[in-house]
Amino acid sequence: MQRLFAARSVLGNAVKTRRRQHLSSLSSSLLFDETQLQFKESVSKFAQDVIAPHAERIDKTNSFPKDVNLWKLMGEFNLHGITAPEEYGGLGLGYLYHCIAMEEISRASGSVALSYGAHSNLCINQLVRNGNTSQKHKYLPKLISGEHVGALAMSEPNAGSDVVSMKCKADKVDGGFLINGNKMWCTNGPSAQTLIVYAKTDTKAGSKGITAFVIEKGMAGFSTAQKLDKLGMRGSDTCELVFENCFVPEENILGKEGKGVYVLMSGLDLERLVLAAGPLGIMQACLDIVLPYIRQREQFGRPLGEFQFIQGKVADMYTALQSSRSYVYSVARECDNGKVDPKDCAGTILCAAERATQVALQAIQCLGGNGYINEYATGRLLRDAKLYEIGAGTSEIRRMVIGRELFKE
Amino acid sequence: MKILVAVKRVVDYAVKIRVKPDKTGVDTQNVKMSMNPFCEIALEEALRIKEAGFAKEVVAVSIGPSQCVDTLRTGLAMGADRGIHVEASYSFLPLTIAKILKSLADVENPGLIFLGKQAIDDDCNQTGQMVAALLGWPQATFASKVVLDKDKQSATVDREVDEGLETLSVDLPAVITTDLRLNQPRYATLPNIMKAKSKPIKKMTLEDLKVDIKSDIEIVEVTEPPKRKSGVIVSSVDELIYKLKNEAHVV
Repeated sequence: MQRLFAARSVLGNAVKTRRRQHLSSLSSSLLFDETQLQFKESVSKFAQDVIAPHAERIDKTNSFPKDVNLWKLMGEFNLHGITAPEEYGGLGLGYLYHCIAMEEISRASGSVALSYGAHSNLCINQLVRNGNTSQKHKYLPKLISGEHVGALAMSEPNAGSDVVSMKCKADKVDGGFLINGNKMWCTNGPSAQTLIVYAKTDTKAGSKGITAFVIEKGMAGFSTAQKLDKLGMRGSDTCELVFENCFVPEENILGKEGKGVYVLMSGLDLERLVLAAGPLGIMQACLDIVLPYIRQREQFGRPLGEFQFIQGKVADMYTALQSSRSYVYSVARECDNGKVDPKDCAGTILCAAERATQVALQAIQCLGGNGYINEYATGRLLRDAKLYEIGAGTSEIRRMVIGRELFKE
Repeated sequence: MKILVAVKRVVDYAVKIRVKPDKTGVDTQNVKMSMNPFCEIALEEALRIKEAGFAKEVVAVSIGPSQCVDTLRTGLAMGADRGIHVEASYSFLPLTIAKILKSLADVENPGLIFLGKQAIDDDCNQTGQMVAALLGWPQATFASKVVLDKDKQSATVDREVDEGLETLSVDLPAVITTDLRLNQPRYATLPNIMKAKSKPIKKMTLEDLKVDIKSDIEIVEVTEPPKRKSGVIVSSVDELIYKLKNEAHVV
């Protein structure tokens, strides 16, 4: 009966259920309490049923599916506003829950998770932390319901790691500012209705001249350039933003004029923490593919999993995942308790991202020749994993942040 | 009207089953357990009936060891109003379960009892039918569609049978068991998981319900099915008939 039931997707009519293989969840009771485990189960089911079936096509076509509105479905599942107050439709919960959601979505599709992370943390959470009441009322409800997509832009074609040297400027005019410049590698840029953009209101004041603005799609002078053709995270639309005398009213300043760098830097800590759950999901996805494969595939008359070299590989993959997981969720718990340490926030993503790339490489290796064929997801997992060593501050910047802090203490 | 839904905690449908070395049963140590999928469908239907305004309360009940509370919590997170956990240290067979559910029905007085058509661990397909018989209520099993008539206090049920679909009308109170195509169960969203934490789960014992658990059935042995052997290509119809008669013993 078990086997018969597992073929439910074949019997079902318009049912979206996909055959759920036994995905070992490998989560320890030390990391989560009962409610968090229930949530993890539930998001996992949702992500595997609703998001995972589209993952391959999203990667191949470099775009989100047109026949199903994933954003709206995720909004209905209350995934966007996990850290936002309930009065705007959020759940008023913390980063631990957000990381759980991020990990399970990433396990289903790396691209969807990256867009989700940019939308729910980079945009929504920054509005929650820095917006005034009228801004929150204006922008949050539609972002949280999934009707609108959010984005954030700080990097520029000539200002990546050296983001503070950004050249995009905001000149004071009557009633607001005129923004001129370009932003690069903006996730969700092409489709976002609400974008948080950093620009210099005082080009001579260095970091103290940065101000954060809320930009709306359709503002005169704001346009998006070509969609970038990326190695991985394909489908998570990324583009260049172009500002040509874009008028932004005074009330769209996020936080205070000239205080943008605090919004930026403090936001980066939490961005790194939540995004760190992305590589966790990718590592889990690698194990989800490799473990059944090594049980089934035989060479020399025995399943691959009986050979020590393979056992060594999966052991390394497993321990890389579990140790990164422990780090991420412990730090998430600390942040929920109000103790945000930039070293640990940078540390979680530094650790998880580098491990995820290695785990994905080993996943390809375990599948041998099949790992090199694009019919198997392992190639996509590697291409997706690599992004996390770069976005939200490169591994080099993360090392600098941690080392510099340790030196100062 | 109150709806009682019986939910069973079983080995998750996606798990690869292993028989215990002592052949007394299936290995359930460190194995993922979930709500029986047909029970999920039963609960979902009950919730939809409540949301349509035909019922005031949906009560989920589970019978078994303390871990059944997890299954009940899932039910509460889906939307059941309260849960009842009947404490039992081992797995009971359908007749005992049916007796327990009858005792509960005498206490709770539901207008409908929903069950999954069968559990995916024992495949008995008996409990719903036995509950109806013990209560003297009408039953509609293998439901693929349920439509309630509030004025007539009856339910029209499409049943999936071997010949196709059969439509029955049953007067309430009645027992309905659910089949695969009845509905697609909802996911438990995080706000509902949070709300479920404060919903009550009542613990009851077999003494409270005055049920005699002595069973006439004893499980003697559990073994794996024989490993599938590779097939044989026969050279003629005569050879096929010979093999079917003398080797496979099926004609």
